[in-house]
Amino acid sequence: MYRSLALTVLSFAFITCAHAQGATQDFSRIERGRYLTTLSDCAGCHTAPGGKPFAGGVALQTPFGTLIAPNITPDTETGIGNWSDDEFVSALQEGRGRNGTRLYPAMPYTAYTKMTRDDILAIRAYLTTVTPVNHKVNANQLPFPFNIRLAMMVWNWLNFTPGRFVPDPHQSDEWNRGAYLVQGPGHCGTCHTPKTILNADKNDAPLAGATLQGWFAPNITANRYQGVGRWSKDDLIQYLKTGANNATLASGPMVEAVTHSTSRMKDADVAAIATYLLGIDQGGINKPAPLAADNPSMKAGAAIYKDACAPCHQDNGRGSAELFPRLAGSAIVQSDDPTTLGRIVLEGSRAVATSSAPTAPAMPAFDWRLDSDQVAAVLTYIRNSWGNAAPAVTGAAIAKQRTTLAHSR
Amino acid sequence: MARKLPSKNVVVIGLGWTGSILSYHLAKAGLDVVAIERGPWRDTATDFPPAYAQDELRYAIRLDLFLRPAQETLTFRNRADQTALPIRNFAGFLPGNGVGGAGIHWNGQTWRFLSTDFRLRSHLTERYGASMLPGDMTIQDWPVSYDELEPYYDRFEKLCGTSGKAGNLKGVKQDGGNPFEGWRSSEYPTPPLKQGLGATLFAEAARKLGHSPFPQPASNLSEAYTNPLGIRMGQCSYCGFCERFGCGNYSKASPQTCVLPALMRLPNFTAQTESEVLRINLDSTGKRATGVTYVDTSGEEWEQPADIVLLCAFALFNVQLMLISGIGKPYDPDSGQGVLGRNYAYQTTSSVSVILKDKVLNPFIATGAHGMMIDDYNGDNFDHSNLGFVGGGYMGAGQTNGRPIQTRPVPKGTPKWGAAWKKATAETYQHAYSLSTHGSSYSYRDCWLDLDPTYKDRLGRPLMRMTFDFHDNELKMSAYLTERLAEIAKAMNPTEMQAHPRKGPYDSTIYQTTHNTGGTVMGDDPQTSVLNRYCQSWDVHNLFIPGGASVFPQNHGYNPTNTVGALAFWTADAITQLYLKNPGPLV
Repeated sequence: MYRSLALTVLSFAFITCAHAQGATQDFSRIERGRYLTTLSDCAGCHTAPGGKPFAGGVALQTPFGTLIAPNITPDTETGIGNWSDDEFVSALQEGRGRNGTRLYPAMPYTAYTKMTRDDILAIRAYLTTVTPVNHKVNANQLPFPFNIRLAMMVWNWLNFTPGRFVPDPHQSDEWNRGAYLVQGPGHCGTCHTPKTILNADKNDAPLAGATLQGWFAPNITANRYQGVGRWSKDDLIQYLKTGANNATLASGPMVEAVTHSTSRMKDADVAAIATYLLGIDQGGINKPAPLAADNPSMKAGAAIYKDACAPCHQDNGRGSAELFPRLAGSAIVQSDDPTTLGRIVLEGSRAVATSSAPTAPAMPAFDWRLDSDQVAAVLTYIRNSWGNAAPAVTGAAIAKQRTTLAHSR
Repeated sequence: MARKLPSKNVVVIGLGWTGSILSYHLAKAGLDVVAIERGPWRDTATDFPPAYAQDELRYAIRLDLFLRPAQETLTFRNRADQTALPIRNFAGFLPGNGVGGAGIHWNGQTWRFLSTDFRLRSHLTERYGASMLPGDMTIQDWPVSYDELEPYYDRFEKLCGTSGKAGNLKGVKQDGGNPFEGWRSSEYPTPPLKQGLGATLFAEAARKLGHSPFPQPASNLSEAYTNPLGIRMGQCSYCGFCERFGCGNYSKASPQTCVLPALMRLPNFTAQTESEVLRINLDSTGKRATGVTYVDTSGEEWEQPADIVLLCAFALFNVQLMLISGIGKPYDPDSGQGVLGRNYAYQTTSSVSVILKDKVLNPFIATGAHGMMIDDYNGDNFDHSNLGFVGGGYMGAGQTNGRPIQTRPVPKGTPKWGAAWKKATAETYQHAYSLSTHGSSYSYRDCWLDLDPTYKDRLGRPLMRMTFDFHDNELKMSAYLTERLAEIAKAMNPTEMQAHPRKGPYDSTIYQTTHNTGGTVMGDDPQTSVLNRYCQSWDVHNLFIPGGASVFPQNHGYNPTNTVGALAFWTADAITQLYLKNPGPLV
């Protein structure tokens, strides 16, 4: 009773203030907003490495060009200090910011639209407490004609359905919490859901894996072949909390997601995400027959594997828990798109470090030591050994990736 | 004029094993810690990727990870009546350089000293009488006992994940382990490594002759392991690239694989690399250190004030920095007075090589601390009454590598080059094996370290001068141990066998070991030691040398690293539990 009365009084106080800053003395609301900012991984894009918190600056490579995440500190000139609450809510729920400016969907409003107004205003309350930074960001660096923001009106009309998350009454509270986090603030689909030609989510295959920024974000559904279906709920929880488990370690863009977001989530929320993800299985992915061991590419790959890979990943492809990823049964290894695999072999990769798993082991680069046909052969071998099965990788594809990576350095 | 930096609670000189262990514990205790390291930053992921870490030419021949003489060296002579000359190529021993220090390039041999080693002079005098010891031998008891240090050996082994088999668990003898070792509070963190054919044949022969072979304790791990800092280590792949190399498989213990990932996450710790400490600064009383002055790569000098100074450089350079900073009375061999530079000692190694024509030994399947050993002839594990010497060492079959450039065994009488040599190396490689002894090096009145009167380093400071030679006691010991080893070698039925006992004089151009000890000895008496039992300077109470091998009063028949690590933990506890509560002399 007292609590609801207090809330009423607070809400009243909130409404009567001219600006959002007026209500920011509510500790629990700010704290909830801080946590929602973590769940939403705002810092992942809006805090540049080594930069001031939320002052913007991370460059996002989209298929249409570069976007720079803007400054969302409460600075009135270069940040969002002058924004009204409605403008802030509209940005997240409708993709339209101050004065109705249309945002690009690199800002995942297609996911944040699932969030409640209350959650979004809590984030707003928290963001008003961070240090204002005067830092002008020229967000839109897209080439013509993509730099015309009005084009997003058409894009939204074709691809975007605003609307809040609706719980499924047939599912548990935990499942629904997980669904809300994955679809809404966690915006997992931004990387993991396949995209249409217009770079919109393919709604018939959520979280089934997608290629972006030179990486393939794997299938994270419960599919046992290409997804995380072989993992237990605890395996998935350990991965999200620490960045490492018995099967693999987070690397590539997932490093940032683990560092800023999943490793800082409450245990119950991580468990809810695991419950939800392990409940998704679209089916329809058929495992092919593996290539024969006497295939010339397989034979060459086996020899390279023995020489260059086996010391860490073992002859049996099982790797070493929390240190060297297990290749046998791995989703990334068997994904149709070998972009991540090729990239990791060519330029190496470093796993995430968290306080509970601080090791951060690395995969060395082999671009200087193996030619493109050799990389293709060893990848073909690991994709078709120890029970794995996936199409062969071609030397031409690796050669092309080598060129792309060289240009992006 | 040095620019003054904001004061820190602790400044650590050198970020190797002892520097990283102390930094971690003191930063965890809430202190603001900066470590100053003269060499570069080094990390497993970026510096030792297994795609090229096994490069013998780069690391073992061109010595990529080591200190360059142009950066810092020392002068050497065997005797006081000679003129010391600068070492212009490190060869006899190889000081490390950079973050991780010698902890990167070691082999992983992780031995504890014997209980009797810690009270060496008392024990030998009690058993044999004072007349047994040569008059110029300056060995002394340690100020700590084995029992006191045991929990700290245990902690260092758990930090490293050391692989082995206990021979004495809480006083109860265990089959398969070293029956002579001191009691252990727990089994090794990981089981022993797998042994190759050479070590297995040695063990069979040794057993036949009544000895007790056991697997050498190794910090090259037999299986994956997570240490108490939460850092994950991998299983050794037996690649044989340990000594002189960084381990890219996360399986050899080093500051990189055991401490730094956790240490670098602590917000109150900073590492300042490629910066050389010029001196430790003292206040006007000379009783208190005020911090250090260092020079960065641009030549700019900085003063780093601190409440506590920890000297964690390599043993030889601990001594040099103390001498340059004028802390403690330099040792004078003529009068026997003074302590700084006193009791420099080394290691007395020897070998027996065998060729077993009918066996295929695959020497390339190896790791730095591989092998089967016996400890029957170490320390005072055997009766010295009629032998005419004291001391001893472990011995056995340890195949550290079969690397192609340096592993070229040939039968006796083979030409040194040409077609016959090539043919012989090809025929012999798979059948040759080297057995070795790892003997003690006791300290003597005429073996010491001081500042060279002539030669200076690139920073204008006097080089340190080493005066060292093997003494008859050690050469007799080596002859005796090598004979015992040859007996076992003979029982392996070799086609050919050559014994190489250590001969004098000491030759600094032939690699033996990098086990340089003493010079800032710890002890119970300020007349014969630089540090008290907590590795705290007798003269300057806020200065510690936490366990570098320079604190050893003499060297025993084992590799030093485990004792170095144990003393680092011991000193960390002394600082956090005693010194911080009541800063001042702890003894």
